[in-house]
Amino acid sequence: MKRNKSLLLSTPYILWMVIFTLVPLGVVLYYALTDVETGAFTVDNMSKLVRYLPAFGRSILYSLISAVICLLIGYPVAYYMTQCSPTTQRFLYMLVMLPMCMSFLLRTLAWVGLLQDTGIINNILEAIGLPRLPLIRTPAAVILGMVYNYLPYMILPLYAIIVKIDPRLIEAAEDLGCNSTKVFSKVILPLSMPGILSGMTMVFVPAVSTFYISNKLGSTETVLIGDIVERLFKQGDNPNMGAALSLLLMVLVFVCTGIINRFGGDEEGAVIV
Amino acid sequence: MKKSLSIVILLCVLIGLLSGCTQDKRVTINVYNWGQYISEGNDGCIDVIAEFERLNPDIRVNYVTYDSNETMYTKMANGGITVDVIIPSDYMVDRLIQENMLLPLNYDNIPNAQKVDSQFRNQAFDPENKYSLPYSWGTVGIIYNDKYVDEADVTGWELLWNEKYADKILMFDNSRDAFCIAQCMLGYDINTTDEQELLQCARELERQRPVVQQYIMDQVFDLMENEEAWIAPYYAGDYLTMADENEHLQFFLPEHQGFNRFIDAMCIPTCCENKDAAERFINFLCEPEFAGGNMDWICYGTPISEAKEYMDPEVVNDPVAYPSEETWNHGKDYVALPRSTTRLMESLFMQVRNGLEVKLD
Repeated sequence: MKRNKSLLLSTPYILWMVIFTLVPLGVVLYYALTDVETGAFTVDNMSKLVRYLPAFGRSILYSLISAVICLLIGYPVAYYMTQCSPTTQRFLYMLVMLPMCMSFLLRTLAWVGLLQDTGIINNILEAIGLPRLPLIRTPAAVILGMVYNYLPYMILPLYAIIVKIDPRLIEAAEDLGCNSTKVFSKVILPLSMPGILSGMTMVFVPAVSTFYISNKLGSTETVLIGDIVERLFKQGDNPNMGAALSLLLMVLVFVCTGIINRFGGDEEGAVIV
Repeated sequence: MKKSLSIVILLCVLIGLLSGCTQDKRVTINVYNWGQYISEGNDGCIDVIAEFERLNPDIRVNYVTYDSNETMYTKMANGGITVDVIIPSDYMVDRLIQENMLLPLNYDNIPNAQKVDSQFRNQAFDPENKYSLPYSWGTVGIIYNDKYVDEADVTGWELLWNEKYADKILMFDNSRDAFCIAQCMLGYDINTTDEQELLQCARELERQRPVVQQYIMDQVFDLMENEEAWIAPYYAGDYLTMADENEHLQFFLPEHQGFNRFIDAMCIPTCCENKDAAERFINFLCEPEFAGGNMDWICYGTPISEAKEYMDPEVVNDPVAYPSEETWNHGKDYVALPRSTTRLMESLFMQVRNGLEVKLD
């Protein structure tokens, strides 16, 4: 009886999943395996994927770097937050969330205004007599855009996990003679592993398929796979090739998140996205 | 307490939305046009859409923009949208006619059609103006900033390849206009369907990529006005809009190599739902007073001579907006290419702009 009830309650979401996740996946697969002109079955799109490998490599590299930078910046912040009083914690939590209230596109455009050759930073540099710097249209600018946009997705899961660590465990470790470095490496870090893993995944997955950041902050040498997919659908009149690229991207994302989660080994509660 | 309050607010919003629906008895027409291509009341010019809605209280205009003919085409070809008026370029009109995507215009509803000059009527892309009526016309040339660019370097399309200005050069982000420039440089027909010629053009564009700052469309306004970039190929009318903001911007038309000249025309696609209202909108845009006011702001050439009376004489006498007949005759028209050619062109352009290996499939 109880089982029936839970099935009944979960039906709407299961239906949602089937209609808006599984069916579209099938459509992607269908498009990827058909010819753009005739609609006949073909593996042509798949064999052409090879030429897009540099863009795939770049996307994965940039988003991995971003995820690591997010971790390095986000971990201390999340840890610090857990040490504050509950009121301060709520306030800091809100501050982390705050940028997400504004459109991601606008925030990226704001960076263009800051970084471009005639932008705010360079104008200030010139005003105080320093030379202008080539800030925009570099790989670093793209990674900066990714880190900035996805940092909250790192901090929030980390915070949620670290805040739950039982302070008595830390006391116990100290009582048993651990210095603060050891307490961190032997107790806090292993216990926050699930947060690290889900943070890494939540930064990596959207970053690897992002299409706006590299377009605005990158150069003609930093085109990412998301930009190419967008273009194939929007202008290229070739959704079949776009579907093939999306399919490969999906497979790569699964493989990469699998590897990331592997690092956590059998950690209990590792979040698999 | 909190919960009930939020439910009350939600209900109010819903009721507000529903009542909004019932009160508005106006017909909605969806107008799908190029970005920055209608006067919207900026800089003291008329607000064409507001004016139309004021004079036609029974029609509401939903205005949406696109950044290239190809974007518009892809969206229309995929279906699932309702659009009542579009304003594509000549070759795209031809292609849409060939693919049965346009409805014939009913000229009983467009009496102002006769105001369109005969020189712009019955063009090759629509010989009897059965499906389209010219909205504006213009040329494609090079815009450059004379503060940074040496006049001696402004010799032709090769300026866009000049390494001296690396990272300050913009390029079209649509395959047709980008290829046209390469074709003019290499002396090929701008309507070629020859695969080897297109491959040569792609290689030429690939050679250009290292000096290109960005591939862009409408972002050109900001980038050129703020001097973030110094050189860009773009449409003459838009140059005049930019030159209003930055006096250092100049326009150059490489007459000896050839350039694209175009006519953009108003059409009604087959997915139209309110053809009468759409035709009234087209008729309104041909009304000399409003056509003049509109062109005053977008700065493209008007195909309606009478409209010039309502325009700023400075624009009317500008040789960039209204080139001499001799200059106009150096221009070349696009014609619709077979779908396989446009796909090949787009695929080659993708490879070029994304830094992939350029080759035929």
